[in-house]
Parts: sequence; C-alpha cells; structure tokens
Amino acid sequence: MNDIISCENLSKTYVLGDEEVHALDDVSITLARGDYAAVMGPSGSGKSTFMNIVGCLDTPDTGNLWIEGEEVSQMSRNELAGVRNKKIGFVFQQFNLLGRTSALDNVALPLLYAGVKRHERRERAYAALERVGLKDRVGHHPTQLSGGQQQRVAIARALVNEPAILLADEPTGALDTHTGEEIMDIFDDLNQSGLTIVLVTHEYLIAAHAHQMIRFLDGKITGVEQLKAEAA
Amino acid sequence: MDVIELLRVAWSSIRVHKMRSFLTILGIMIGVACVITMMTVTAGAQHDIDRQMREMGSNLMMVYAGSWRSRGGVRGAAGANAVLTEDDSDAIKREIPEIVAAAPTVRGYAQVVVGNRNWNSSVYGIDEDFLVVRNWGVNEGRLFEPSELSRGSRVALIGSTTATELFGEGQVLGQTIRVQNVQFTVVGLLASKGMAPGSTSFDQDSVVLIPLKTARTRLLGRQGVAGNSVEGIYISVENEEDMLYVEEEIKKLLHTRHRIDPEREAFSVNNMSEWIESRLEQQNTFNSLLSVIAAVSLIVGGIGIMNIMLVSVTERTREIGLRMAVGARNTDIMQQFLVEAIALCTAGGILGILLAIIVSAGSSYLAGWPIYFQWWVLMMAVVFSGVIGIFFGFYPARSAANKDPIEALRTE
Repeated sequence: MNDIISCENLSKTYVLGDEEVHALDDVSITLARGDYAAVMGPSGSGKSTFMNIVGCLDTPDTGNLWIEGEEVSQMSRNELAGVRNKKIGFVFQQFNLLGRTSALDNVALPLLYAGVKRHERRERAYAALERVGLKDRVGHHPTQLSGGQQQRVAIARALVNEPAILLADEPTGALDTHTGEEIMDIFDDLNQSGLTIVLVTHEYLIAAHAHQMIRFLDGKITGVEQLKAEAA
Repeated sequence: MDVIELLRVAWSSIRVHKMRSFLTILGIMIGVACVITMMTVTAGAQHDIDRQMREMGSNLMMVYAGSWRSRGGVRGAAGANAVLTEDDSDAIKREIPEIVAAAPTVRGYAQVVVGNRNWNSSVYGIDEDFLVVRNWGVNEGRLFEPSELSRGSRVALIGSTTATELFGEGQVLGQTIRVQNVQFTVVGLLASKGMAPGSTSFDQDSVVLIPLKTARTRLLGRQGVAGNSVEGIYISVENEEDMLYVEEEIKKLLHTRHRIDPEREAFSVNNMSEWIESRLEQQNTFNSLLSVIAAVSLIVGGIGIMNIMLVSVTERTREIGLRMAVGARNTDIMQQFLVEAIALCTAGGILGILLAIIVSAGSSYLAGWPIYFQWWVLMMAVVFSGVIGIFFGFYPARSAANKDPIEALRTE
C-alpha cells in the first residue's frame, strides 16, 4: 500500500479534424510515496495529458488510475474536484495567483473549498507561507511580489491542504536561472520531508533535482531512469 | 460555501469595474424606481381618498330625487318626477335600523354680506342630524339649539373660508351677516374640512349653515321651494359592510312611499364611488405608463446583467480554471457567479429605491399627488431585484460552472 500513483493501461485519444491523436497510448507506471519524478519529452509527447489525468483534471478514455489506492478513473466531476482538493497540490508555470487578492487569501483558497472555517483557513495559510519563507509578505498582492515570491506563494497554496502529491508543470519556466534554483531547493526540501513530487520540465538541470526521470514520446513512456539513490 | 466569502469575492469583482457595474444596473434601477413610484403614488391616492371619505362623514350616502347621472340642476331633478320630503327622511330613519342618522337638506348659493364685504357661499338648510352625518363640529361657539331649529331662528354656523373672507382675523361669534337681505346671527365657527373629495375648486369651508326651517321660510321659499320638500337627504350608515344593502332598502322604501314603479329609477343614492373612480383614473394613466417603463427596464436591465456576467465569466476563465484545480466543484463556481449577479441586481434595487424616493417626491410636488411609502413594497423591491439576478445570472453562472478546468487554465 505504499503506491501513491498507480496507472494501468491509460489511453486518451483526441480528434483533431479528421485526425485521431493518441495523446496517451497504453501508459502504465507506478510511483511510490516519497518519489521525486521529472517528466520529460517534446511537446505533443503526452506528458501534459499524463499530468492532467494524474492531477484528476481529466479522465482517461480507457485504463485505470489509483491515487493512494483509490480508483479515480471513473469518478464524476465533483468527486474529482474533491480528490484534487484533498490529495493534489498544483504548481503552474504562470503561478495562477488571483489578482487583487492578498498572498494569504490566495494560499487559503483550497481550504475555502475544503469547508474549513475562516479562522482556521487564515492560520493554516499563514503557516504554509512561513514554510516557503514568506511570512513577512502575507498581506502583499501578487503585483507587489517578484516572480520567485509569486511562485513561492503558489507552492504555499499547493501545500496548504497537506496533499499527497505535488504536481508541478514547468515551475521554473517563467523564472530566471537563479530564482529557478531557489524554487527547486524548496521542492528538494519538501521531498526530503516525504512529499511525493512529479514535475514536468524540459530542462535537464531542473530534472536533475529529481530522483527519477520519466520520458514520454508519442503518448508512450519510452524510459524511466533512476537519477540518484533515493534518500530512504 | 462560506456566504461571507462569496459576498467578498462578488464585491471585489464589482469594485474592480465600478463604472461598468453601475451602467449594468441602471436598467434594474430604473425599473425598480418605476414600480415603487407607482405603488407609492397609488397608495398615497388611496390614503388621501380614505382621509377625505372620513372627513366627508363616516359611511356617508346621499339620496336625491331623480337619476344621479342626469342630475344637472338640483331643482330640475327634484321637480322631474318625485319630490323628497322631510317625512321621507323620518321614514328612512325609522324603518331602516342600520342607519345612524338621516339629515334632510336644502341647498342654495348666495351672496353673504357683512358691512362692505361680501362673499359667495353655499348655504345649507339643515337639521340636527346634518353635522352628525357629516362628522362635523364647531371650533368656536355652539351648535343650533333644538328650539332654534323648530322655530326657524335666524342663526348661522359659518365655515372657515367664509369667516375669513367676511371678518378677516376679527371676531366672528355674535356678528351679524346678511344673506339675501335677511340678517343672521353667527353662533358658531365650523371646523375646517378643506376641498371636497375629487375636487380642487369646491371648498367645503365656503359655507353657511342655517336651520332647515329658516332656509325654507326665509330664503328658498322665495325661489319656489314649497311644503316640507327637501333637496337631498344625507345618510350615515352604522357599518360599512351594510352600505349596499341599505342603498337598496332606501330605494325600495322610497318607491313604496311614493307609489312609483321600482323599475323606474326615480331616486338615486350616491355613495361617492364615482368620484373615487375619477380620482383613481388620473393615476391609472400615469401608472400604465410607469408599468410599461418598468417592464421594459427590468427586462432590458436583466439582459444587461446577463451580458455583463458573460463578459465577467470570459474575463475570469483562468481564475475559474484555477479555482477548479484547487478543488472548487461546479456548484461552488455556479454559486460564486450567481451571488455576483444577485449582488449587482440587489444594488440596482437599492439605488432604484433611492431614485423612487426622489421621483415620487418630485411628482408629488409637481402634480400635487400625495405619496405614501410602504415598507413591504421597498422590501419586495429588493427581493425582486435579487430574483432578477438569479434569473438572468443563471445562464452565465452555469456556463462558468461547465468550463473544462484544463481549457480554462490554458486561457490567456
């Protein structure tokens, strides 16, 4: 029961005009608790579709997906929203923070949909911001923060409901190298403390932070490499 | 989800686009203002009518000889077929127990003179029941003594307008006035009643009341009013519900007494419903105009709300995607946009109330109509605006809720 993500024969086909695109073609892979995986591949290789399905934003046409042992591939939209809320934290390339909303309220957003009381929302959001080193920026709006700070707010938001998995889609894509490294240090620390992380990137230097690399091409996994010995 | 949070999100979205939000709710505002103005003016008219009815006398009826509609000149009607008499009045009072008082009356119009001043007044010949029926009394002085009524003394009660015109601010009681060269002593000054219901020119206070017998022998006798005939009988009914029944009873009784075929409308009983109708008619024109404006404004306003909500949904597609990604269900998104639409419309409703207060006060000032604000109308206006918000906000909210989170997040 240590498998946190378990995919079995996932397939997803899109129809573009007259053409059928096999975005995912019979993909099977299992990730254990505490894994730190980098997903790589050229655009159109299926890595985004894979991330969307693992992130419960999309459902496969065929195949099965278990998150922490729970079958999610046949769930309704509302059930999937619940899984996203409780088990998955997203970090996006463009941060996706709400404008004109304080860092604290941005971070507290997932708790709103989890039905957490206002007072507790604020406390937990504050703790999450402290964890990413932004406790002195709680009242700032996104426009008052640097790119790196904005991404840290986004990470705090992903962490605030204590998810099982952190999914990051090109988290350093909009940042300079130095700031990107700082963000990756946060990911490394989070993984050290036991959080499962899956990140999509096309930069080897970023992928090198992960412990394993999953390569996608034409909707299939073409290889899984162990990059370094796992911590435990 | 947290209602306060929903309102906060709605408010921040409205606040960002102040001008746009205001223009959006203008239609709702005008529509609501029209509805409230309409209700306020109608209620004001109703109140005014009720008040004037009370002042005219409680549950008042007037019996005349002849048909009411054809009654042009007073004496013309009286002479047409049948003539009412004091005996009719007594009989009505005796035979119909629902009646409190019946006052036989004669009426004329005469020049009243004091020294070198003169004034045209209505002159009524009355008995002791008249002031009871008309719910009237004196401010100064006294009413007629029974002996004065039975002897036909030359005493008078005068209305406030007549008093002012003849005596200015001076002493009224005990003064002598001349009516058609007959001298009367003023024994009482009547309480003020204002304009007659439904009229802006018939001043009820421009009046001289004298004993019925005096009027008949000293004044009207010269104009050919003979015997104990009277022009009309004022009647006061105990309970308002009995008015229609009493009306029929009076007609039946009079037709029997005068041996006239009941099919012929020889007598008419007027309970003032006609002037109420004419009073409300002026407002009906105004109201139907306002109804049309209200209906058009509310529909167009609602469509405006729908339009701007669709714009808002499109603008915030990415935000919707993000909210979904962190766990918002369809219903959460739906609620958020519905609350925003409701908040917009309710704000429109509240501004509409303010506008209605200004418009009502203005039309009251310009047209001289009384207004009467009712709390429940204001409450209903706010609730109704909210309902418009739900109705026209539903489609945009549903389209927001049905967005695909992946597509939404990809939107620039």
